[in-house]
Amino acid sequence: MKHSHSKPSITRREAICRVAAGAAGCALAGRPGEASATPPTPPPSAKAKSVIQIFLWGGMSHIDTWDPKPKAGSEYMGELSKTVDTNIPGLQLGELFPNLAKQADKFSLIRSMTHRNNGHETAAYLMQTGHTPGERISYPSIGAVFAYFKEREYKGLLPPYIVLTQPQGRFSEEGFLGPKYKPFATGGDPNNPRFEVEGIVARGISDERQRARRELLGRMDPLTRTAAASPAIAAAEEAKRAAYELILGPGKDVFDLSKEKDELRDRYGRHTFGQECLVARRLVENGVPYVVINYPGGWDTHSNHFPTMRRQCPQLDQGLATLLADLHDRGLLDSTIVWCTGEFGRGPKVDWQPPWNGGRNHYGAVFTVLVAGGGFKGGRVVGESDDKAMEVRDRPVYPVDLLGSIYQLAGIDPNAPLPHPMGLDAHVLPLNEPGVKSAGRLTELM
Amino acid sequence: MRSCSAWPAGPSRLFLAVLLCGGMAVADTPTSRPSIHPLFESAEPARPHNRVDDFVFAKFSALNIRPVLCSDEVFVRRAFLDILGVLPTAEEARAFLQDPDRTTKRQRLVEQLLERPEFAEYWAMRWSDILRIKAEFPVNLWPNAAQAYHRWVLESLAANKPYDRFARELLTSSGSNFRVAPVNFYRAIQNRTPDGIAAAVALTFMGTRTDTWPSNQLAGFSAFFAQVGYKPTSEWKEEIVFWDPLGASRMPANVAPGRDNIVTTNRPVGRGVPTNLPPRMAVFPDGRRIALPPDRDPREVLADWLISPNNPWFGRVVVNRIWYWLMGRGIVHEPDDFRPDNPPSHPELLDYLSRQLAGANYDLKHVYRLILTSATYQLSSVPRDTRPEASAAFAAYPIRRLDAEVLIDAINQVTGTSDLYTSPIPEPFTYIPADLRAVAIGDGSITSPFLALFGRTARATGMESERDNRPMPAQWRHLLNSSHIQRKLETGPKLRTIWEGGRSTREVIENLYLAILSRYPTADEVKTVEAHLESAGAAPVASDSRRDGRGGGRTRSDAAQRRRDAWVDVVWALLNSNEFLFRH
Repeated sequence: MKHSHSKPSITRREAICRVAAGAAGCALAGRPGEASATPPTPPPSAKAKSVIQIFLWGGMSHIDTWDPKPKAGSEYMGELSKTVDTNIPGLQLGELFPNLAKQADKFSLIRSMTHRNNGHETAAYLMQTGHTPGERISYPSIGAVFAYFKEREYKGLLPPYIVLTQPQGRFSEEGFLGPKYKPFATGGDPNNPRFEVEGIVARGISDERQRARRELLGRMDPLTRTAAASPAIAAAEEAKRAAYELILGPGKDVFDLSKEKDELRDRYGRHTFGQECLVARRLVENGVPYVVINYPGGWDTHSNHFPTMRRQCPQLDQGLATLLADLHDRGLLDSTIVWCTGEFGRGPKVDWQPPWNGGRNHYGAVFTVLVAGGGFKGGRVVGESDDKAMEVRDRPVYPVDLLGSIYQLAGIDPNAPLPHPMGLDAHVLPLNEPGVKSAGRLTELM
Repeated sequence: MRSCSAWPAGPSRLFLAVLLCGGMAVADTPTSRPSIHPLFESAEPARPHNRVDDFVFAKFSALNIRPVLCSDEVFVRRAFLDILGVLPTAEEARAFLQDPDRTTKRQRLVEQLLERPEFAEYWAMRWSDILRIKAEFPVNLWPNAAQAYHRWVLESLAANKPYDRFARELLTSSGSNFRVAPVNFYRAIQNRTPDGIAAAVALTFMGTRTDTWPSNQLAGFSAFFAQVGYKPTSEWKEEIVFWDPLGASRMPANVAPGRDNIVTTNRPVGRGVPTNLPPRMAVFPDGRRIALPPDRDPREVLADWLISPNNPWFGRVVVNRIWYWLMGRGIVHEPDDFRPDNPPSHPELLDYLSRQLAGANYDLKHVYRLILTSATYQLSSVPRDTRPEASAAFAAYPIRRLDAEVLIDAINQVTGTSDLYTSPIPEPFTYIPADLRAVAIGDGSITSPFLALFGRTARATGMESERDNRPMPAQWRHLLNSSHIQRKLETGPKLRTIWEGGRSTREVIENLYLAILSRYPTADEVKTVEAHLESAGAAPVASDSRRDGRGGGRTRSDAAQRRRDAWVDVVWALLNSNEFLFRH
């Protein structure tokens, strides 16, 4: 088929190919637009090869953790009024982060993150796409964008965009890029004796039974032998062989934490989050471009706030601090971005009234994001909130600034076009669109 | 002597068919016929059954194609999957295979299936794909309207509404998206400019992509849609589609809340009556110009032109779609890419089917019947000739994977389980009843991880190619090894009744094969399964005792568990066989 005109940046046919059917398949089928259907691969000089995103769904309180304000008084600080000194002079964290305090040279804090949105879905979409929702098109999350741009470069058997262990499910992370760029959610629990990974490590199926099954299937499928010349059957058999490389091959060992020393597993923490951090390290070690840890437990602490913080923060502290130290010790931190945030922070002023009884509400006016590795400098603080952590005092950082910096370090052009099914002009991040605020990328950390 | 399985289309053909079959033994020596795979193929010669075959078979000798008919076992499965989108049950498969009247049973099966309620459900799904029935992104019909629209399509098909009426209602309706369901045709178009509407109409009804048209042709055609108006009401998410000759709905104050402003070439400036009225001349795609009468909705003028037995863009397009849906390849291929430089493989066949449709007052089932009772539809799927010319000549039934919805329904039918289908937006989340099959889901926004993984269409474009049945390793990991499928195998109540019913091993094997592959097992297959059961019973069960925390000696329940696991493995293998996963 010939297209005589080139008015839209991609043709509709080609866009459907890319999005609904998947770029590789179209290229194989020799459809039009073959050359432009594959995205530009990030240059080898890019500092960040992989990303680990720790997402604190529900929105973790910033004043209790990354941005303590002991002088603001108990009306703001509640019962978590103490701070810990870090290994960076002058930098304090909340009292529940003693281990992170010892790794402060490895990460930086953006204490002036802001988007002023207090809705979970909208804020989560903003923080992971950089786009304002409500447009007619639903953008892919940063992980799907990585999967798209790393398509040619990344040859591993493991999916390029992996979520530990449950998907968020509140917006389609693959957006208009289509199902091929959907995150692979492992399911299971790496803190169990056997980490069952959906489709790869099955419950109650030993390798021995797996092999016996495969042999049985080989003896029980006469159509496959009779119709071996069919291209459809041949393609199915090839995909099945690739699936078995992961199910029965060494590829799945990446999920086998018994291959790690007990001492190291203890340091990460014998809880789901700690072991998820260890799996994340093993995944980036194996070249997986984008790993998300959806924190196993919510941070939406309207009520029961302080007990939840006392229960969850020590696990976050232990797992994340060990992850940063371990990545550093293995020389992986230079090539791995770690970033940690929720969709927003929480109201710095404690709500003592019933039914909250000492809770904190959604807060998008200012909150904190941790960034480390992959070209981000450690031991720094960007921006500042006011005395009560209520507003940005200095150097606001907007979602496009944060995401643009991550893309830049990974060699992905934040202005690059994305293939849209309708041929609409879509880009990795919004370009000069009205209402999109930016105060510039995080050059002070890069 | 075996009876002839080639069955006639009517009483007058019976005599002919018998004659042909009788004469065959003399004319065809065994060496001139391809060797037969008895499990999948019939030894009976493939001879034309009806006019459809005359056109198709006429090409075979030049291409040196020797057609082979499929076996009864293949046919019963194929007919159920193609006509209803469901697997035959073990009882249905057994009844068909045991039916002794081999001269008429395939035709009788087709007739029965065309009258079953699943017919409308399955074909409503296909039409909903090309009409883009979806509540949320990117079509945004909203849930109530998506349900109303789907129900209208479903009821139209269940009543076998003549296709000319079906098309006219979609093209010309006006009213509320909740109350006049077919107006949602115009709401399911993302680009609501005259050009965008024209492109959707051309794709849906004329099977042609306007981006392949000369640009002036599109401009003349778009004029028919320059007076389509949309307006909100005070009811939430209600929207009226109407004839709007003055462009009132394009006044800035009249735009539906939550909707982008409708961008048109004749965007009004300032207040009051638009200064730039819609074009008064339009051009049909055949080049004929027409002055649009001021007292008539131009959509009706267009419908009058389009819906005509002589219009080459109407009947041929829909019969070609049906051919594509049943045969896996269009006479014009792809079926939504009619254009002069993409000619039909069998032009006379396309014209014949189109004339048949118009002659039968646009009865779509008449066309289904012509195709499904042809010998062409009954050809074997075993690929003997992989030349592209051979597949374009319909030399063999093309092997293709079950569609996502059909596949999960088949797995659930065999195991007696169900899946959860939801839509996470808008809140409150939408859930549908557990016993509703995936095929019957009206709204494309209501989904499951399985449907997404197996390439269900996103219903964004209305193009047939949006459904993606190409294999991916992730799909195999799911089928071979996911907890989702394993749970169905271990807990499926239908399976339990098969293997815990106190029947002999041989009977259980037979029932499983009938339920899953719609055929009896061969003697070799029975032996393979028996050998597996035996070896599994004798083998150690290390993994399972570890899992349960029970070490040590074997007990009676260990033995029962091992036996159950062995049956689970057998069903697992059958469900993962390409014979199950593919239409063939």
